[in-house]
Amino acid sequence: MKVTIDNKEIIANNGETILEAAKRAGINIPTLCHHPKLSNYGGCRVCMVEIKGMNRFVASCTTPVADNIVVETNTTNIRQSRKTVLELILSDHPNDCMTCDKTGDCTLQDLAYEYGVKENPYIGAMRQYPTEDKNPYIIRDFSKCILCAKCTRVCNEIRGVGAIDIMKRGFYAKVAMPFDEVLDCEFCGNCVDVCPVGSLTEKIAKGKGRTWETRKVDTICAYCGVGCGITLHIKDNTVIKVTPTEKESVNNGSLCVKGKFAYDFINSADRLKKPLIKKDGKFVEATWDEAIDYTVKRLKEIKEKHGSDSIGGLSSARCTNEDNYLFQKFMRAGIGTNNVDHCARY
Amino acid sequence: MEEAEKADVIFVIGSNTTETHPVAALGIKKAVRYKGAKLIVADPRRIDLCRFADLHLGHRPGTDAALINGLLKVIIDEDLTDKKFIAERTECFDDIKDSLKQFTPEYVEKITGVPKERIINAARMYANAKNALIYYTMGITQHTNGTGNVRALANLVLSTGKIGREGSGLNPLRGQNNVQGACDVGALPEYYSGYQKVNDEKNQEKFEKAWGARLSNKLGLTATEMTEAADAERLKAMYVMGENPLLSDPDINHTRHAFEKLEFLVVQDIFMSETAELADVVLPASCFAEKDGTFTNTERRIQMVRKAVEPPEEATEDWKIIIKLSNAFGYKMEYKSPADIMDEIAANTPQYAGISFDRLNGLGIQWPCPDKNHSGTRTLHKEKFTRGKGLFTKVEFIPSRELPDNEYPFILTTGRMLTHYHTGTMTRRSAGPNEHVKEGYVELSHEDANRLNIKNGEKVKVSSRRGQIDIKAKVTDMVSQGIVFIPFHFKEAAANMLTSRELDPVAKIPELKSCAVKIEK
Amino acid sequence: MTKNETMTNKPKIILGMGTCGVAAGAKALLEKVEGYIKEKKIDAEIVHVGCIGMCHEEPLLDIVMPKRTRVIYGKVTADIVSKIIHSHVQQDKPEKEHVLSQMLPDDGANPYPGIPYYEEMPFNRKQQRIVLKNCGFINPLSIDEYIARDGYESARKVLLSMKPEEVIDVVKRSGLRGRGGAGFPTGSKWEFCRKAMGDKKYLICNADEGDPGAFMDRSVLEGDPHSVLEGMIIAGYAIGANEGYIYVRAEYPLAVKHLKLAVPHARENGLLGKNILGTGFDFDIELKQGAGAFVCGEETALIASIEGERGMPRSKPPFPANKGLWGKPTNINNVETFANVPQIILKGAEWYANFGTEKSRGTKVFALTGKINRTGLIEVPMGISLKEIVFDIGGGISDGKAFKAVQTGGPSGGCIPSEIIDTPVEYETLAAVGAIMGSGGMVVMDNASCMVEMARFFLNFTTDESCGKCVPCRIGTKRLLEILERIIAGKAKGNEMDILVELGSTVKAASLCGLGQTAPNPVLSMMRYFKDEYEEHIKDKSCRAGACTALSRYIVSPDTCKMCGICVKGCPVDAISDGTKKSKKPAFIHDDKCIRCGICFEKCPFDVIYTKGAKKAVHAKEEALGEVKA
Repeated sequence: MKVTIDNKEIIANNGETILEAAKRAGINIPTLCHHPKLSNYGGCRVCMVEIKGMNRFVASCTTPVADNIVVETNTTNIRQSRKTVLELILSDHPNDCMTCDKTGDCTLQDLAYEYGVKENPYIGAMRQYPTEDKNPYIIRDFSKCILCAKCTRVCNEIRGVGAIDIMKRGFYAKVAMPFDEVLDCEFCGNCVDVCPVGSLTEKIAKGKGRTWETRKVDTICAYCGVGCGITLHIKDNTVIKVTPTEKESVNNGSLCVKGKFAYDFINSADRLKKPLIKKDGKFVEATWDEAIDYTVKRLKEIKEKHGSDSIGGLSSARCTNEDNYLFQKFMRAGIGTNNVDHCARY
Repeated sequence: MEEAEKADVIFVIGSNTTETHPVAALGIKKAVRYKGAKLIVADPRRIDLCRFADLHLGHRPGTDAALINGLLKVIIDEDLTDKKFIAERTECFDDIKDSLKQFTPEYVEKITGVPKERIINAARMYANAKNALIYYTMGITQHTNGTGNVRALANLVLSTGKIGREGSGLNPLRGQNNVQGACDVGALPEYYSGYQKVNDEKNQEKFEKAWGARLSNKLGLTATEMTEAADAERLKAMYVMGENPLLSDPDINHTRHAFEKLEFLVVQDIFMSETAELADVVLPASCFAEKDGTFTNTERRIQMVRKAVEPPEEATEDWKIIIKLSNAFGYKMEYKSPADIMDEIAANTPQYAGISFDRLNGLGIQWPCPDKNHSGTRTLHKEKFTRGKGLFTKVEFIPSRELPDNEYPFILTTGRMLTHYHTGTMTRRSAGPNEHVKEGYVELSHEDANRLNIKNGEKVKVSSRRGQIDIKAKVTDMVSQGIVFIPFHFKEAAANMLTSRELDPVAKIPELKSCAVKIEK
Repeated sequence: MTKNETMTNKPKIILGMGTCGVAAGAKALLEKVEGYIKEKKIDAEIVHVGCIGMCHEEPLLDIVMPKRTRVIYGKVTADIVSKIIHSHVQQDKPEKEHVLSQMLPDDGANPYPGIPYYEEMPFNRKQQRIVLKNCGFINPLSIDEYIARDGYESARKVLLSMKPEEVIDVVKRSGLRGRGGAGFPTGSKWEFCRKAMGDKKYLICNADEGDPGAFMDRSVLEGDPHSVLEGMIIAGYAIGANEGYIYVRAEYPLAVKHLKLAVPHARENGLLGKNILGTGFDFDIELKQGAGAFVCGEETALIASIEGERGMPRSKPPFPANKGLWGKPTNINNVETFANVPQIILKGAEWYANFGTEKSRGTKVFALTGKINRTGLIEVPMGISLKEIVFDIGGGISDGKAFKAVQTGGPSGGCIPSEIIDTPVEYETLAAVGAIMGSGGMVVMDNASCMVEMARFFLNFTTDESCGKCVPCRIGTKRLLEILERIIAGKAKGNEMDILVELGSTVKAASLCGLGQTAPNPVLSMMRYFKDEYEEHIKDKSCRAGACTALSRYIVSPDTCKMCGICVKGCPVDAISDGTKKSKKPAFIHDDKCIRCGICFEKCPFDVIYTKGAKKAVHAKEEALGEVKA
């Protein structure tokens, strides 16, 4: 069907929303509560647009296209209303961007900038909820929550867990566990990943650096065999945060508790940092040359005395294909045995 | 992973998917909740996935073959087989018919404890589906009859023709990030990379030429056999890279004893593991975030791993250590980067022939990928199976080697839990998971707990013929009466102190999913 | 059963046992009646009926003697009921002192001389009862009584002799529009749902009446539940639904009770369930009780609530007609709409269309409340003027005060001031003056009502009831309310009216559902008609109605103070000095201590205390005192 958006004629697909059609045509409509992988919500109203002939604005994220509609996405009226909506949100939002971990990666902040929201014309009550950080992984600052319900939707729709929902009504509505208890769930952290503001943040990333200070490297999670795409956020040779990659991936934006939160072992003080040789039952630090020479000497002695097949190698399902290939090549071509295996069986 | 959405029925057996492969489980949940798929879960425990299941078959540990044979028997008796598929794509179907005679629903109910109505329903549900997927993991393979269990599933798939198209098939979910890849590139005693047999002359010749070295044509030892050989003092030295058999292998006391007999042990790891403690030399390696390379996931997808940070101090990449060692040993290795190594893998491995680092952006490539222009293969066995025709194999029901008795009245089954991973070296050194689940536990049913007067959270002694551990009791309705479960991540209460070394004769997999234990206060 | 129960051979004593009657003491009355006739061994039948509409006369008790007209007594208390029964039942002499009226005779009943006719009373003269025709006349728990008054005739006619399209056509031609407030043509709504693609369709009756002061639907459900069921059967047949839900608020226990009895009665009579009346049409109804969230009256929130989700609205389109309950095509009408349907089918589209005006056909039920002499439940033909309702039916303003405005549509509606009190009751006309038809709440305000305070009252309600899903409603209504609160507290800065208009317009335009889209209506319409009053509050910090206590100062007129000391004693904060015979000085109120509770004002026996800060006098006594600022 044919629709006109900002004077552009677009062939839209039946059932597609105005937002989707506009996006395909390269027209950017701002959103806060919309997420392409979640059900359409229509709560934040930032994406509202004008359809000619209708006396009310509609949320472009929920309104399906209709044949021959004429849509305006960026008139003075709409921009003014969007600004009012942003002012309303900010009238109930702590003004602490200076210390917020989300700064620089915050959709609300970006929109406030784009729409030039400065002072707050709507002085009034602000929600004062204590921050919940008693769970092991996530800091939940409800005073920053904009009720976009991305977290509740991702938890229910994508994860099938439904640990959280919205309780109370109106101005005091709040995302909560049953009876507003401390968060206790699968801790996949997907709620954190979709939160557009600083309401949900990773506990271990707190204060470690903000988005513009970090390098981002796309890689693959090192836990189970699913092979989820992850993005490592690095500051000063330290991985400070893990997020699901935004690129196409098998996990499609999802991770589990391990992929999301179990990465600080990388910086563990327990890491082996130097080669060690056991002398009189105790490990002694050695140089690489010492360690390699000693190993080679011992392996050669044993090979000579007992034959190649008296040596075995356990390779690793945790290592890369390249590591494994070289390992078995060394065992076979170097040592001369097929005694090579890994823990595929456990 | 999105294949699940194309299935009409999903049959999950021996896989606690939401905990061990949480993200793969999302596809199953989505299929059930939004695409109208039906879900059958066969697991001794009432795992989380049961919340979404149409049918839960809670069979006793170690009775998988009986259960699967029972399903097949119903399908054949009710004439729900795919005759065209059987005729065109398989052989030896008639051979198995007779062997199934005894597996009536009544008989199977007696062995497995699953009500016969459920067995019949499940069989019909699976067979009548247009597309049906099976997912399994170690729950059915870590048994002395593990190979038989998988073959029984294969019979089920072949008899109903549910394979070779999207939404149908038999899928093992691999437990570790790169089990698939390690197997693919030849970290196996009987294969070079690409499953090329080492005892095949042509392969030997090919690799001798490629590698410029004399190669052995003798099949090597599997990991479990290496432990036995060490114990028998036939194996004198071991080189262990990134593995911790002292915690992951069954019967820890025995494993420790065997490793202590080695004349020389070199361990290359990122942490001082239980195995490394026994080593003569420990080499500091790098973790996944500290090196470039590739992982191959459970759906044969080869994906790029990228170096993000430098390893600490003198620790370095595994591939660099091997090169150092090999060169010092006198076998020359020259690679500038992992990309060079992949080029060599591609040159020697037909399935990887088309793979090179510059092609692996984004989603990577699923092998087989025979040349540089090939975009990879999503579904295997479309037109024909690797061996040509699908082979039906008779599968007998062999009970677990160690069954509960008066002295050891409980069946212990082991496995993973959501928060931790394998031997815990990584997750237990991560703040969140370590704070979240601090210690191991034994799951036991309310009935057993009441009988033994054990309260939730109380410390108990669990012992088997091989060892004993002190562990916290978790009273739950996850397990049925007579069955207990212990996750194996916790060295302080190591499940593998208790497990048995009995092996599947074919795959050499230990029977980690079933042994007999007793519980005392 | 006929109107006057003339078929009866026994005297009948009829009690209004609707929620309004019970609230006024009908239960105690019932006990007394039962006790009395037992004691005196009177052979009479006691009948319970629903609300007949005259709430201002509750508790009501009617008596029908064999072959005589039905006589209605109002404000019957336990102490006079014996006297009434003694005289009327035992001697067939109506107790003149408490009698209100008698019904017009039919079926040859013999009227009593000297008693006015019910139908000719001012409260009833201009009413037209279609929806309420059975309320107060039949026992709502008896399906037989409903059937005896042509009940289920329409359902029979539809199922046996009409095609669904014909039913829709009749409803379309009748001009019936949704009585929930928005006024969408019912026939067209049914047609959309009938034509929507879907293997299964649902029908929902919205009985989640939530406007403060509105009780139209409650009275119908309590007094004539079968009329709603019958309307639903017809609608279900017309759209092709086999399952219906009635979503009724749990705070209507009597309505719930009556529905819980009516549904199985209908089933037992083969009017619900499988193969209704042997026609092969299956239709059944399930009750769902709502937990009292106002927003659940919004149809998509109502659907979410039935589905077991949090009752939050969903965006439209897609409309429920295409994607409603469980994602299936769904038609939702409110109680009153359904109750109209059987009459339309029975008497014809043209008959119905005869009532009302060109665009607003038929009748509308209103709950008439506020500062009016005769409150109650009324049903009037569309097109009647508000003036007729307020003054003719309602009997004008109580306590001799002056009419100020009438609010229609409750918290979603707007006010209509005295200047345009001639406005006819029509969907479009009411919308044009900034109000809405609404579901039928009608609150009459007198000149002691402050229009800032009224707006605050309604906005407080909507702010409380906002579900919190969308920003304009969640935060916008809260901010509007806070501005009004500041104005009332005398803390206005000056630009409040501009902000109210601007923010109010954004909340209207940008909110997700009807709640937010209409929440600013009261404040916007009140500002439109009572701009001066708002300006006085903001600039002069004064409230002409004297209702905003923070803005008023209490002053004792020193010349006329009789120094009786009553105000001094009554003041809870000792803010009044002197004022006693002993002090020999007139009372003096210290404004810094005064908490504006108004006790002195109320207690002064000589009316010498007045409020200052009001531009125009409100209280008659102030006028008399001449203390009116210009």
